[in-house]
Amino acid sequence: MTAPTKRLGDVASGGPATIKRLGDVADVVRSKNAGPFAITFDVLFRDREAYERVRGADVLNAVAVAQLFGIEAGDVTVAQWVDAAQGFKATVRRRALFAGDQGGVGERDTFGTQQHAPLMELPVPIAASDAAGKASGEGA
Amino acid sequence: MSGNEVRILTPVGMMGYGFPEEHVRAGMERRPHAIVVDGGSTDPGPYQLGLGRMLAPMRAYERELRTLLGLALPARVPLVISSAGGPGLMVHAEEIAHAAARIAGELGRAPRIAVVGADMSPVAVRAALDTGDLASCDGAPEATAERVEASAHIVAQMGHEPFLRALREGADIVIAGRAYDPAPAVAVCLHHMPEIDAGAAWHMGKIIECGAVCAEPKGHAILATVRRDAFELEPLDPDARCTPLSVAAHAFYEKGDALTHHGPDGTLHLADARYEALDGRRVRVSGARWEAAQGPVRIKIEGAGPVGHRAIFVGGVRDPVFAQILPHMEPRLRDYLARIHPEYAAGEVDVRFHLYGLNAVMGPAEPVKVPGHEIGVLCEVTAATQELADDVCATGRVAVLHAPYPGQKATGGNLALPLNPPEQAVGPVCAFHLYHTMPAGPDVPVRFLEDA
Repeated sequence: MTAPTKRLGDVASGGPATIKRLGDVADVVRSKNAGPFAITFDVLFRDREAYERVRGADVLNAVAVAQLFGIEAGDVTVAQWVDAAQGFKATVRRRALFAGDQGGVGERDTFGTQQHAPLMELPVPIAASDAAGKASGEGA
Repeated sequence: MSGNEVRILTPVGMMGYGFPEEHVRAGMERRPHAIVVDGGSTDPGPYQLGLGRMLAPMRAYERELRTLLGLALPARVPLVISSAGGPGLMVHAEEIAHAAARIAGELGRAPRIAVVGADMSPVAVRAALDTGDLASCDGAPEATAERVEASAHIVAQMGHEPFLRALREGADIVIAGRAYDPAPAVAVCLHHMPEIDAGAAWHMGKIIECGAVCAEPKGHAILATVRRDAFELEPLDPDARCTPLSVAAHAFYEKGDALTHHGPDGTLHLADARYEALDGRRVRVSGARWEAAQGPVRIKIEGAGPVGHRAIFVGGVRDPVFAQILPHMEPRLRDYLARIHPEYAAGEVDVRFHLYGLNAVMGPAEPVKVPGHEIGVLCEVTAATQELADDVCATGRVAVLHAPYPGQKATGGNLALPLNPPEQAVGPVCAFHLYHTMPAGPDVPVRFLEDA
């Protein structure tokens, strides 16, 4: 049985929205150094519908990233959606997250690989029928 | 050898990290025009550049040279190594070049080995600083005379041009210092197909310098087949595959901006890049646009140096009362250190606490405020001398271990110390002092080993 394709804009007419963790919806959620003075966060989706739902929900943007990490929005230097890769990227000045120089005194994460956890907890609204479709294995 | 395509084999994304020989062997059957491998990165931090250390052991470089030269020399395929040795210092490029000569000799060959240095003179950097010509990259702190002075080593990222010159002068092996990662692959393309579209060449170079990280599962060796305005990617592990998504997603990896990549010679624009599956494991890429830099060429410099010596202690806290108290103890501890050590009071000793199980990884951004059932304490102490760092570290360890506190039941000691001795000297700490652009100087010289 094929569930009708819905977009987030249909939620209001299609039924109650389900909130999921971004970590349960995305296939990649990671952080890494982008040079010694920036940390970059990537959220990647295998499933095109999942990508478009999250993109359309506009819950992932520079302001959201700043709030998640308790930093100034101005320290988020890049926030972009890339359709070809089905991904979202946000880049943050390293000094907004770390007190010192990369690899220097007080370093907490030399490669910048363990800063992404708050992104995984970001609530993402998806339409209820999409949730049912996903549960039955569609769109995987 | 030239014609309508240029084939480039990259065995691994970082020289020294190891790769399966059979995949490289399979790639050699495709008759590549060159083997290109990158040896460096700033990702591991400033330690290697600051102290002039190689990224991987010399034995690892020799092992890989033996494999690559054993395949490349009989087939007359040039081997090009950029950022040789890690930080990309001339001293490492020379050491690796001499190892290559020795190994080639063992194989009964005498290849022409070009060495290209990236070392930048502090005098030149200081001159650029004084004329206001140093510009910060990526929000690096403003350059100062002190930072230039404190940089024990400075390198300037070379672009594709020195590699192209070396190839045109007949190099069989090119060992270069710090280079912009895609530069050697671009040079190979231009050497064989001068009319190649710059967007295709730079985009290809950007991807394959990481080896087969763009494949699923991510791997080591990759073959790029570059045509005039498009290129094809194929992982050399037969069980891996490149897909349009896996290759497109690679533009995200370690980059601040997935759509715009800045280099010394210009900017690569990927907004219109297209990724098409040729079959289940090969991808054709096109549509990238290269915007050549306007005006005088600028080069990117990296400088690092030691900032002190460090000692640490590591201990675990399992007592439930102390686990609640410890996160708030820091001001009291620091007061105590200031009373015992005048140097600490004078600001000459840097003491930091990392509390694992609380917020050691995320620091102030950690949203979870409830500590775990145990806390791991890592205390680091940095000072101008190892002796002073060791001294303050010992005071700190004793203080945490024996501090009394309200509600204390466990009066035997506050830390489970795994190491003997409890304080460990961990040696010099380094910092990046320079990450700037400045006007390019005269052309980087390409030297051949046999001419020395």
